[in-house]
Amino acid sequence: MAGSEVVLLDTWISLFGMRVRIALAEKDVHFERREEDLTNKSSLLLQMNPVHKKVPVLIHDGKPICESNIIVQYIDETWQNNSPPLLPSDPYLKAQARFWADFIDKKIYDAGTRIWRRKGEEQEIAKKEFMDWMKVLEGQLGENSYLMGKSFGYVDIAMVPFYCWFYALEKIGNISIEKEFPKLVAWAKRCMERESVSKTLPDPHKVYEYALELMKKIG
Amino acid sequence: MHQSHSMAETSQIKLLGSVASPFVNRVQFVLNLKSINYEYVEEDFDNKSELLLASNPLLKRVPVLIQPNKPPLCESRIIIDYLEEIFPDAYKLLPSDPADRAVIQFWAYYIDTEFFPLYGRLRKTPDKEGKEALKKQIIEQTRVLEKTFVKFSNGKPYFGGDDVGYLDVILGCFLGWTKFVGNFNNFKILEEIRTPKLVEWSNRILSHEHFKGVIPEQEKLMDFYKWLTRARPPPRVTT
Repeated sequence: MAGSEVVLLDTWISLFGMRVRIALAEKDVHFERREEDLTNKSSLLLQMNPVHKKVPVLIHDGKPICESNIIVQYIDETWQNNSPPLLPSDPYLKAQARFWADFIDKKIYDAGTRIWRRKGEEQEIAKKEFMDWMKVLEGQLGENSYLMGKSFGYVDIAMVPFYCWFYALEKIGNISIEKEFPKLVAWAKRCMERESVSKTLPDPHKVYEYALELMKKIG
Repeated sequence: MHQSHSMAETSQIKLLGSVASPFVNRVQFVLNLKSINYEYVEEDFDNKSELLLASNPLLKRVPVLIQPNKPPLCESRIIIDYLEEIFPDAYKLLPSDPADRAVIQFWAYYIDTEFFPLYGRLRKTPDKEGKEALKKQIIEQTRVLEKTFVKFSNGKPYFGGDDVGYLDVILGCFLGWTKFVGNFNNFKILEEIRTPKLVEWSNRILSHEHFKGVIPEQEKLMDFYKWLTRARPPPRVTT
């Protein structure tokens, strides 16, 4: 879309921002990325997402779109002529894809985050839940190349940013994700072969350092 | 319900639900608005049916939409978005512009994650101070929603404008519980001075033909509330 301006407000560590960056890259959309300091939010962020004040926010021709899964769907609908669709066109399969993205947020990201944010009993509970939900996701993957079958898409985009956290979760939670979920790790590595993903995900060691820093602050 | 589509399959759509679930009510509004025939199956919360457990093994909850020859669908917003797509001509809930749709979807997400869960947290908070703090949060949210209504309605009677739209369905389903939670906790959640437009809107929704038969009576909500208090009691106040 000639002349249209696309700006993304996010942070380097935001899994949700990564989803949007991957989607934009898949569609070959040129955009300007602005790194937000969440302890000192820019006036643009506060203006564009006054309700939530969260990243990511995609600003397209001055209009803000918030919530990563909603943004990815918007990107898919708006830049339709560039490359394959991210969501299935069949309404039923689309509904399934949205279910899995929702599941990833509510269950996997939630439990995974608690592994490094909590200690003791709560951490043990988080670990168990995380493993249970990852098993479900691996079941969904089955023998397929991607989470919804043959093509890389919306559900892969929803989950793959979390791959950069696996190293941190393994060290902090004392779990082995590769051993327990070889198919999912193979899937993640397959996704990493795509430039959109490999150029977006940060170095897992940086993520681990970030987690350690935050854990020190939380105490 | 009259059938406005000659899809023989539509009369075989089943909706698994619970009368007290606003998420189920939501799907019912949409089925009604779109004149889709369906069979409603009431779930007993103490004794989840084989059908429910088989059709929603992961989350084990209602609503579940079961269509012939297709695996089931769950999660209310996913179901209604699906219905919107397969019955696009029977009562449009969403605009066609992707940016307009994205903003509406954001507010639906916001209502579900930031507003409604406050009712559950209020129930589960045992101490008086905690309850007062949550009541304040609920009131703050109604101010946000009042502004949102003004923005979307643009002087017209509904979020959707002249007629009921997506956000009317998304927020309208909570009106039964809104009245109940307010009465039970001695405060007015929607109130003439603070949320005048929403008060008018709620009266419209509660008397709307496709909503009024669906939103449960306060007695039914009280029965469910009592069950919930037994089944999932709030933590005890520790001194």
